[in-house]
Amino acid sequence: MPIVPVLILAAFLFSMGIYGLLARRNAVMVLLAVELMLNAVNINFVAFEAMLLDSMASGQIFSIFIITVAAAEVGIGLAIVLLIFRNRHSANLDDFATMKG
Amino acid sequence: MHSLLFALTAEADHGPEITAGGPLQEWAWLILVAPFVAWLAIIFWGKAMKYQGAEIAVAMMSFVFGYGLLLWIDTIRNKVVFEHSVVIGDLGGGWVFEWGWIVDGLSSMMYFVVGTVGLLVFVYAVSYMKGEIRYTFFFSSLSLFAGAMLVLVAAPNLAQLIVGWELVGVASYLLIAHYWEKKENSSAGMKAFFTNKVADVGLIIGAIMVSVGVGSFRFSEILHGAEEHAEGLLAPIGNSNVAVVGALLLFFGAMGKSAQFPLHIWLPDAMAGPTPVSALMHAATMVTAGIYLMARMFPLYQTIATEARTVMLWVGVLTLFLTGLLALVQTDLKKVLAYSTTSQLGYMMTAVAAGGYTAGVFHLFTHAFFKALLFLAAGSVIHGVHSNEMTDMGGLRKYMPRSYGTFLVGSLALAGIFPLAGFWSKDEILGTLGHEGYTFFLWVAIAGAFVTAFYMTRAVALTFFGEYKGHGHPHESDNMMTVPLMILAGFSILAGLTNMPGFLIGDRVVGRYTGFTEWLGTRALVMGDHHPDNLEWSLAIYGTIAGVAGIAIGWMLFSKDRDTQEARDTFSIPGLYPLLSAKYYLDDVALGMVGFIKGPLANAVEWINTWVIDRVVNTVGFGTKALGAVVYNSLDQKGIDLAINATAAGSGAVGGMLRKLQTGKIQQYAGALVAGAVALVIGFSIFN
Repeated sequence: MPIVPVLILAAFLFSMGIYGLLARRNAVMVLLAVELMLNAVNINFVAFEAMLLDSMASGQIFSIFIITVAAAEVGIGLAIVLLIFRNRHSANLDDFATMKG
Repeated sequence: MHSLLFALTAEADHGPEITAGGPLQEWAWLILVAPFVAWLAIIFWGKAMKYQGAEIAVAMMSFVFGYGLLLWIDTIRNKVVFEHSVVIGDLGGGWVFEWGWIVDGLSSMMYFVVGTVGLLVFVYAVSYMKGEIRYTFFFSSLSLFAGAMLVLVAAPNLAQLIVGWELVGVASYLLIAHYWEKKENSSAGMKAFFTNKVADVGLIIGAIMVSVGVGSFRFSEILHGAEEHAEGLLAPIGNSNVAVVGALLLFFGAMGKSAQFPLHIWLPDAMAGPTPVSALMHAATMVTAGIYLMARMFPLYQTIATEARTVMLWVGVLTLFLTGLLALVQTDLKKVLAYSTTSQLGYMMTAVAAGGYTAGVFHLFTHAFFKALLFLAAGSVIHGVHSNEMTDMGGLRKYMPRSYGTFLVGSLALAGIFPLAGFWSKDEILGTLGHEGYTFFLWVAIAGAFVTAFYMTRAVALTFFGEYKGHGHPHESDNMMTVPLMILAGFSILAGLTNMPGFLIGDRVVGRYTGFTEWLGTRALVMGDHHPDNLEWSLAIYGTIAGVAGIAIGWMLFSKDRDTQEARDTFSIPGLYPLLSAKYYLDDVALGMVGFIKGPLANAVEWINTWVIDRVVNTVGFGTKALGAVVYNSLDQKGIDLAINATAAGSGAVGGMLRKLQTGKIQQYAGALVAGAVALVIGFSIFN
């Protein structure tokens, strides 16, 4: 199986994630963009494992770990966003520049 | 003037040879250390204790007494001569400062005297000083006093002796000025201290001369050198030599401590201290130091510095006679005893100077007991009537029978009445003077015995006979004070029996006992002196006649009430009185000399102070100030401050620029992160 189209797909997904991370103003959308980036990385892991014929399936195991961690991260992230929204009635990241020096 | 040194061992009946001692002597340093331990312990913990530290002092003194007694007994039985020195400092040039202790006949006799008299005085003081100011401090100083004397007595070299000597001076200063709130008391302390300091100059220079002469501080070396006529000691100084001048300077030091005329002026004033201090000072721990030094250095005076002895003899007899007369006109009971002490010290000095090593030290030994007794009994009287003046006393024999009885025993012993202690020792001195052919001095000494008996009779009559004139009701002191008196009275009766000349009855000598002579002769340099084979009846009779006559005349003059009590108390012998009451104008001379020196000296010092020292100080001060201004203005303000300000301003500016990077916008941080990652990728791609 050719690996290049898979890597292109992953790169595309990662770039979309970066774009979302940097350009979106809504905190929920930023979290979604981070998920996109993580999944792009997962695709890369699986693709390289298949290419290298790793008998221990370490790419897949790593992907499962990342998915688990990402689920936890999204859970916590959404909870924080929810609390901020309740307190400040906004989910716009530009409104939260309280750490400005 | 022939040498009286001879080897005791030459005589067959003198018992065993000298031995070197054992563990008892090796551990004798304990009695030197114990008083200093007690001194510090009382200072630090005394106030917290039940008897405010007095128990530490008494326990320490009991130990010293017990150990001293053991040492003395051992010395008597085994003829021990022990000496041990520890080097504690190198002075360079082959000179070392050593610390050590001697146990021989002379020093163990002194340990015994200091221990016995000291213990009784300490016990007495526990009761006498009750309720007095600085009770704890008093006992700590008393311990220091005893310790200083033990250091002095134990010294195997002149350097340690001087250390002990000065410590004695310090402790006496503290104790004489015990009630320092009154100006005259603190002045008395200073007078004692400074008079002794004048004499100490002689002691120190003399010690250096003699020590340099033989190349060692040790007594054993010095005395050996004297016996061998060491060259260093014979080096000429003017018409004389090192040995004679050094010996005279040492004697000058002894004149101060042992209150010899005319340096005796501090001793009567020293009565300002509490009575136990006077007793201790006069019997055991201070004034005997000078006699002890003379006795310790005796071979020097006997072999090589014989010319010094003429001066010593004159000073001795002047002291014994002139200060005895002064005791006649005193109204203060303690001052009578004080002048009596100087007079008796004159006897001792005369005896030692005439070559009577045993006679002088024997008188020191007996005198220690009866003079301590007299002082403590006088203290008991003073305690009862709350006054030192004999005009406030009178008729006390009814109220204070114990004090009266013991005082009487002491007085008789001092007056030299057979068979009390003073008779034997005074007879020994007279015997020495007679044997050595000093007829003039012999008659002065007999006259001195008359004066002694006279003033003691006066003191007894004025204090204990007639009617009581003081205020309140006198009362006998408690047992803690009277028991030491009775013990000392026992010693005053018996102490003379340690050295009896014996009586020539027919052609047999009866009752001869010369233990004391042998004990004193137990020294590293085997020595002894003339000891009469039997009592010289003529001298004994003259001495006794003088004593009895003194008592009789004194009794006639002072026992009966005259027209009034006051007339009796203030009666004075016409003609003598003005000179005596002015104390030979010696205090005036001393004060005049001080004033004469003080005025111009003070002016000179003031001038130097104003024009030299102040100038220097001012110049230094202003210079320092100017330098400070320069440093402040240029270096500090313009240099260091500028650098620090610039650093701070720079940091602030950089911080101001950097803080703009911190926008608080999280996506800008993320953008920077991505840009950084991209830059790294590009960088690796290019340069890898």
